[in-house]
Amino acid sequence: MTTLPASTERSLGLVIDLDTCVGCHACVTACKGWNTQNYGAPLSDQDAYGDASGTFLNRIHSFQVTPDAQPISDVVPPRLAQTVHFPKSCLHCEDAPCVTVCPTGASYKRVEDGIVLVNEDACMGCGLCAWACPYGAREVDEAAGVMKKCTLCVDRIYNENIPETERQPACVRTCPAGARHFGDLSDPDSDVSRLVAARGGVDLMPEQGTVPVNKYLPPRPKDTIAAPEMTDEGEDVLAPFLAPVAETPQGFLGWLDRTLEKI
Amino acid sequence: MHPAPSVIIFSSLSGAGFGLLVFLGLGLPTVTGWVAFVFYAIAYLLSVGGLLAAAAHLKNPKNGYKSFREWRSSWLSREAWAAVAALLVMAVYAGAQVFAGVTLAPLGWLGAALSLVTVFTTSMIYTQLRTVPRWNQWGTPVLFLLAALAGGALLSGNPNAAGLLLLAAGAAQLWHWWKGDRRFAEAGTTMRTATRLKGQVSLWEKPHTGENYLTREMVYQVGRRHALKLRVIAILAMAAIPAALTVIPMHHGTAALAILLHLGGVLTSRWLFFAEAEHVVGLYYGAHGNLLANSAERSLA
Repeated sequence: MTTLPASTERSLGLVIDLDTCVGCHACVTACKGWNTQNYGAPLSDQDAYGDASGTFLNRIHSFQVTPDAQPISDVVPPRLAQTVHFPKSCLHCEDAPCVTVCPTGASYKRVEDGIVLVNEDACMGCGLCAWACPYGAREVDEAAGVMKKCTLCVDRIYNENIPETERQPACVRTCPAGARHFGDLSDPDSDVSRLVAARGGVDLMPEQGTVPVNKYLPPRPKDTIAAPEMTDEGEDVLAPFLAPVAETPQGFLGWLDRTLEKI
Repeated sequence: MHPAPSVIIFSSLSGAGFGLLVFLGLGLPTVTGWVAFVFYAIAYLLSVGGLLAAAAHLKNPKNGYKSFREWRSSWLSREAWAAVAALLVMAVYAGAQVFAGVTLAPLGWLGAALSLVTVFTTSMIYTQLRTVPRWNQWGTPVLFLLAALAGGALLSGNPNAAGLLLLAAGAAQLWHWWKGDRRFAEAGTTMRTATRLKGQVSLWEKPHTGENYLTREMVYQVGRRHALKLRVIAILAMAAIPAALTVIPMHHGTAALAILLHLGGVLTSRWLFFAEAEHVVGLYYGAHGNLLANSAERSLA
């Protein structure tokens, strides 16, 4: 069915913390590993040792952000430029355009948990769903000729043959920085929903009308975190370390310096 | 977007083929016997040939037959139904004309309507995509329909209708370019909305060193240096010169020249349609910055 369900019983998805992600690409590797060995057609590579190109369901972009010019009095201390590592995979949108454009019914959104999947046995590889996705979350596998996309590791999260702690998407399980969180975003009391509420989680490209389930937590401005508060009562504890170093050399080096100056 | 030859050939040729079927279905001209056979052979070669070219675009064609399933939501599925319905209805109508010398006029009208619907469904595959703002405008179906009808008028030997429709298609083309150049800025998708980061956002590092499916398909950077020249060539060949040729007394030589020029012009126009189309995913790869900057300058000016 390529019409979308009117509602889903749950909305499983990811919350990605842009403040915490260090851009290590561990999630990319874990995703590629799990999804090459388990569910569906493997994620193939072409010319892996040459002009390498291949299928990935999760990629990390890095952006540089320069704050907009503002009067200094408005932002004290002034914000500086920063780099932001930006993991990007399927957002499992509520109003997923990739599902409705599919002519064969291969793309569908599950009623029970809101996961958007591709039935590879029905996919004809026309690529229209990849055109319809604003996030670049779908890639045709060049070897299998079918559309590949993030499944939220549907074959891990319900897998009763692995320990319960492992029943999370591979990217979440592997993230050493704890930047990725998995849960039910339709439940306002879930950990992920509370995290989104506390940190002001946002949708990507809201104007595209896709209503993504996955949320992104914006990076905190780095140079305002834990900035020492300056008061009249005394110097900051770090002040001694910031005192100017004597520029006049002493001892033997001082004598050498003065002698060389005279020559 | 990547200008895949299969898709360009498909939309150009099948458009002209279905345009010819519209005129034959309307009885303009009403033909029978061998003359009819030649007309229908050309129409079916163009329309079916185009559809077969489109099948070459599929990475997994063995599942192609399943594309009829989702007509309730998918314009690609609706196109599959419309094309088959139009070709089947017109096959009965054509068979009666060629082999029995009988013209079943109402059946022809139905076939003509279905042929027009087919072209419309083709155009809607592109028009529906909010991710490609240049296509996501009502000018796209107007352009596809007028181009198909102009080609059909030329192929069916209706010089007066062809002259008018060629001028209309040319005007629609000019509008599509004018509006298309502004659509990305109008859609409002920028690197800021794509990342929701506050400030001036620029790509610092790509997610990988080489290319991938997305960059080849959606962030295709064609040498657009010659885009303006190609636009001039396209509009002259597709509309202006064939329209001028319809004014002088037609014979097979001038008609063939007009048709070949027109088809060449439509192919050029469709190449530009794909090559100039910008997909919003390019923003994640640092593309389209110049486009947005230019539009910002325009709005300031």
